[in-house]
Amino acid sequence: MGPLSVQEINLILDTAESMKAISARDIKKVPTLRGKSIVNFFYEPSTRTRTSFDVAAKRLSADTLSLSASTSSMVKGETLLDTARNLQAMRPDVIVLRHPSSGAPHMLAKEVEAGIINAGDGINEHPTQALLDLYTIREKMGRINGLKTVIIGDISHSRVARSNIIGLIKMGAEVTVSGPPTMIPVGIEGLGVRVVPDPVKAVRKKDVVMLLRIQLERQSKVLFPSIREYASYFGLSRKIFQSANEGAIVMHPGPLNRGVEISSEVADGPYSVILDQVANGVAVRMAVLYLLIGGAKGDNVDQGR
Amino acid sequence: MITWIRGGDLVDPVNETVEQLDVVVEKGKISKMLPPGVFQGNGSGIKRVEASGKMVIPGLVDMHVHLREPGHEYKETIASGARAAAAGGYTAIACMPNTVPPNDCRAVTEFILEQAERARSVRVYPIAAISKGQDGETLTDFGELREAGAVGLSDDGFPVVNSELMRRALEYASFYGLRVISHCEDRSLSGDGVMHEGGISTRIGLAGIPDASEDIMVYREIALARLTGRHVHIAHVSTAASVDLIRRAKEDGIRVTAETAPHYFTLDHRRVIGYDTLAKVNPPLRTPEDVEAIKTGLREGVIDAIATDHAPHSSLEKDLEFDRAAFGMIGLQTALPLTLQLVRDGVLGLAQAIGKLSWAGATALGIPGGRLMEGGSADLAIIDLNYEYPLETDRILSKSKNSPFIGQVLKGITELTMVGGKIVWEKA
Ligand SMILES: [Zn+2]
Ligand SMILES: [Zn+2]
Repeated sequence: MGPLSVQEINLILDTAESMKAISARDIKKVPTLRGKSIVNFFYEPSTRTRTSFDVAAKRLSADTLSLSASTSSMVKGETLLDTARNLQAMRPDVIVLRHPSSGAPHMLAKEVEAGIINAGDGINEHPTQALLDLYTIREKMGRINGLKTVIIGDISHSRVARSNIIGLIKMGAEVTVSGPPTMIPVGIEGLGVRVVPDPVKAVRKKDVVMLLRIQLERQSKVLFPSIREYASYFGLSRKIFQSANEGAIVMHPGPLNRGVEISSEVADGPYSVILDQVANGVAVRMAVLYLLIGGAKGDNVDQGR
Repeated sequence: MITWIRGGDLVDPVNETVEQLDVVVEKGKISKMLPPGVFQGNGSGIKRVEASGKMVIPGLVDMHVHLREPGHEYKETIASGARAAAAGGYTAIACMPNTVPPNDCRAVTEFILEQAERARSVRVYPIAAISKGQDGETLTDFGELREAGAVGLSDDGFPVVNSELMRRALEYASFYGLRVISHCEDRSLSGDGVMHEGGISTRIGLAGIPDASEDIMVYREIALARLTGRHVHIAHVSTAASVDLIRRAKEDGIRVTAETAPHYFTLDHRRVIGYDTLAKVNPPLRTPEDVEAIKTGLREGVIDAIATDHAPHSSLEKDLEFDRAAFGMIGLQTALPLTLQLVRDGVLGLAQAIGKLSWAGATALGIPGGRLMEGGSADLAIIDLNYEYPLETDRILSKSKNSPFIGQVLKGITELTMVGGKIVWEKA
């Protein structure tokens, strides 16, 4: 999200709006990207994001090819760059890359001619998630500029958090981050956010409350002592949410750990926009694909190349 | 055969002087150091080397390099590393034991010395492992290693976790006059970090290595040196807090010496933005404040020596995603120009800077070299302080080209390197 300008973000969001109209039709398909080929290259599994990109590409009539680490020759020890060069030989127009290493899309972008869309790299960024979150906020609240937002959870290890912080601040929102101090990275203030560890205080008078998924398996040893403790001190209950501003919304990139970072009551409540986020994901990804290969070729929707 | 090095400015790091002197080399030794015009040599038995306008310095001594032989000869061999060292102005290098197999027994130490002999280049001093297999559990046979030719002990790269083992290593090594060198890192705190933990790592989404990971172990080594009354040498200091700890320890009379490497006073963590794996090194590039503290530490003598921590890796290990790439960068041919920048910036005097690269390392390791005297071995280099050139890969004599300084314009170069009176490098 770094190098994207406010104008570019607005262009993507505006384009997504017309793309959303397509998804509302009976025949959810337009010929815009006919003849273009898009490779979905998912080095780590993510059914949600991959499906979303796949649906987006198909609605624009592009040909798609899905690769995962287990089906590619990487299991035989081929490096990312080798794989990239092989992909290049197939001459795709766009490669959508999900990779566990931060910076992997930058590396790939230097090697291949195709446009690269970062579908999540390590703990670095997840730009299309941030764009769909921005879209959802704009759709529900009518604006982004001037809103008070809070992101709660593992800020340190979340690419969603990092991308959203950058995007929200760029679009003029105020951002507070919250969560156990073990999950707040050093120097996060440098990105322009406020740190309020206690969610009870952090949620007060906010317009947007964004939760992150807690990785139960990986983290409940050192970063927090138990799921029970996390849920009781850092989970979003209706009681905590009530102190937010009138008309505030609750967001979550999914999948949810119900009863851990979010109570079912909040997740399914009227202020929850979690399912809208999923629907908007397709529209935003259609917009990104369209702008990348329908428009000027070779640009990367990502923080640099 | 007599070699007559004429008209150069001779740098003496011990007395911190620079003086125009002719150097006469006979039978591998310096027979005379005289003001110009005094020595008059003629005839066929005399080889003249013109050095006017150049500096004649003691051959540099690098107490911390990684030669990848045995085991990873595709990255570096003892011969290729020694050649790169000679081109960098070095006449002696000490190689760390993390080869495959590691240098934890007589056979490997002897093998290294044989290969060095065969290379007919700079002097190579093996540093053996502290623990067998560098597993941090059992001490190696210090006496036997010493006899085979090892000059120091280190588990560099595999820091000793067990404090008692480290204590015993300090105690036992002193009996054999072996130096113990510690790579200070608390691995449990480093975790899967790949760069300095701070504002930049947070911004670009890479896992961080906190400075405390180094500081904690520096403090432990100082505490153990105090406890045992023995000498400990701290490798590659990278943090401001380490500099402070070492400063206070020295003030308290604890026997501690320290080195840093040129990248820690030249680059900071901003260099990692863009995910260039050539800037991935352990300890990681720190903050601009740390860089300043390292310079101050050098100027004040808190940090004794400048070593390279020359760590060759091929593109197989470096052309990877940042978190998968190997730590380390080469440094034998860039240490001199990068250190000379400190002289131009007024951080160090010329003689002081050359001393950090030569005399200090030799002293900390307890090996000969690092100064020029009549009767001493003719291990020296002639350098041109003002020669400017872009660092290009074909200039690099290491088998690996993993330098973050490639493409950068460097100033200062080695024109000639002589070991025991024999020229081992001459710039074309
Ligand atoms: Zn080390
Ligand atoms: Zn080392």
